[in-house]
Amino acid sequence: MMNDATPRLAQKKQHIIRREEGMQVSSWHAFTGTLKRDLLLVFRRRSDVVNPLLFFSIAVTLFPLGISPEPDFLAQIAAGVLWVSALLATLLSLDSLFQQDMADGSLEQLVISPHPLAVMVLAKVLVHWLVTGLPLTLLAPMLAVMMFLPEEGYSTLFLTLLLGTPTLSLVGAIGAALTVGLRRTGVLMTLLILPLYIPVLIFGTGAVVSAVNGMAVAGHLAIMGAMLMTALVMAPLAAGAALRISLNG
Amino acid sequence: MWKTFVAWFHRMGSPKWFYEISGRWIPWFAAAAVLLIAVGTVWGLAFAPADYQQGNSFRIIYIHVPAAILAQSIFFLMAIAGGIGLIWKMKVADMVAKSCAPFGATMTFIALFTGAIWGKPTWGAWWVWDARLTSMLILLFLYFGVIALQSAFDSKQSAARASAILSLVGIVNIPIIKYSVEWWNTLHQPATFKLTEKPAMPAEMWMPLLVMVVGFYCLFAVILMLRTRNEILEREKRTHWVQGLLSKES
Amino acid sequence: MQELLSGQNLACERDDRLLFSKLDFKLHCGEVLQIAGPNGSGKTSLLRILAGLLPDFDGTLFFQGKPVQSDSDHFRENLLFIGHQPGIKLNLTPEENLRWYQSLYHPADTDQIYQALAQVKLTGFEDVPCYTLSAGQHRRVALARLFLHAAPLWILDEPFTAIDQGGVKEIEQLIADHAQQGGSVILTTHHNLSLPVELNVIQLGQSHQSETEQA
Repeated sequence: MMNDATPRLAQKKQHIIRREEGMQVSSWHAFTGTLKRDLLLVFRRRSDVVNPLLFFSIAVTLFPLGISPEPDFLAQIAAGVLWVSALLATLLSLDSLFQQDMADGSLEQLVISPHPLAVMVLAKVLVHWLVTGLPLTLLAPMLAVMMFLPEEGYSTLFLTLLLGTPTLSLVGAIGAALTVGLRRTGVLMTLLILPLYIPVLIFGTGAVVSAVNGMAVAGHLAIMGAMLMTALVMAPLAAGAALRISLNG
Repeated sequence: MWKTFVAWFHRMGSPKWFYEISGRWIPWFAAAAVLLIAVGTVWGLAFAPADYQQGNSFRIIYIHVPAAILAQSIFFLMAIAGGIGLIWKMKVADMVAKSCAPFGATMTFIALFTGAIWGKPTWGAWWVWDARLTSMLILLFLYFGVIALQSAFDSKQSAARASAILSLVGIVNIPIIKYSVEWWNTLHQPATFKLTEKPAMPAEMWMPLLVMVVGFYCLFAVILMLRTRNEILEREKRTHWVQGLLSKES
Repeated sequence: MQELLSGQNLACERDDRLLFSKLDFKLHCGEVLQIAGPNGSGKTSLLRILAGLLPDFDGTLFFQGKPVQSDSDHFRENLLFIGHQPGIKLNLTPEENLRWYQSLYHPADTDQIYQALAQVKLTGFEDVPCYTLSAGQHRRVALARLFLHAAPLWILDEPFTAIDQGGVKEIEQLIADHAQQGGSVILTTHHNLSLPVELNVIQLGQSHQSETEQA
């Protein structure tokens, strides 16, 4: 036992040594540990990964059916349709981000572990993006073909989704954390988060439209990068604080 | 100076003190609100000159603009109060934040509604995706989110904290949303006629507007204090001083 | 004996109901503290307050004589908490579950995990998904943490739930060993504890005001 009847001073010294050795490293260690566990969980339930992708594909399919299959017309709305569908697919998959951990008690263990909760949130969000945002980004060009997106827009669509979907995952994590303790969530989380997604949507589609029209997109991408950085710094903190409240009941 | 501020800040945190002081302030603010809004309305509707382009229909700004200004500043106050409640665990701040949301949402709705009425004669349509109107609409959604989150929690303390976090996240996002909507607007309909940005509004026009804005702030102060007092009574109903008040009343 | 955890003038109110107030206690190294009381008397709330999961309370907690908030990382490094929910992922094996837990406190060490699982009689179950195990075995996986993380302070919420009689004896022995080695345990249970060490009891929900008494 590390803490038998040693005098307090000696014990304190021992503790300080332990922290100097380890705190930084061990938060990183806990980060990778949580990352690995969540990836393993996703791997065990592979079918869950496909669902947001199916949703994305079906949602995109609805637009030609609901509006018009005319190629010229579809080309005009392609960027918006792809972005809105990707955004909704991300949002719907985020609902369950913390639900399992809350139900089985591992969220408590994360909260009382001696690591910043924001770091643990970041690990979970990263896993979410790897299994949702990234596949959506990779799938989008294929759906863009079906939407007759002009060729000039492809690379920009891919880049904006690559920069935008992590922002969506990060911001959405705040909503998921705020609502995870509630018995009846329903569409509440969607209601909280959708308004916050609007800037990402505007610049994402704006960049693709600009690219199609042969205009520069560097500015858009820079703004999206800045939004991602802001979300990366602030969202895990907000989500961590929200998780503590949710655990409180 | 700092010490008196800290002392004041702590007293502010006492529900009893807030209840007493607001009881004394409410009549004054109420009188000011009635007077200013009455003067502003009569002045704006009857005496201010008609607009050379829009004629008399412009007079709706005497409601539209104060409502829009309040809608934004109330959200700001709600986030600040929520933040104070979150950091210093001050109960009164939580209650103030909670009391802000419904009135703020109402103001946002009034701003949108009057904007639509104004839009009909000006643009020939009830709704136009104008940058300001769109931002207002998103602000209304943000208010709805905060109100919905507040009512979803069983515990009042958790409700207050959760909505404080949401309003703080909202306050960080509002400038980004406004900027992106304005940028989107110029992209889709370049340089349309703007509702409120008249190149130079003559003093006879903006003076009543100013009176109205101050009047609306006073009205807000009255409603905020009334709602917060209700909230205090509700939450502190088991304390001695509230029991004492109740026995005095009956 | 050195003081490990103490509380001064603790009070907690949940949903407009006062659970307890004016609660003082001192827990020294080597002591076991049971929190007793009928259902709904606030046992779990008190445990969660002590573990730092419930910030809504009045009063002050001291860890090794210093307020917990002054160095909450230090407190959390020295705490092992097992709650109502064991924190076990059903899709993972016991080994994978513990590997994650280990990563929160210590460098990876597979041997240690296997030893811990052997201690809780789960040898042979290391590699099967947890959903094939029984509720009692889930609890045992959670209890295996007691061998993985050498924290002086254990806080256990109903550790005997779903555990068979033989298992209860082993866990009692474990608690006694921990106390004799200078560690401290705070627990709730409906089970009649038979421990070779002194048992302190906080009785909740007896009257409106709770009392501390020595058993």
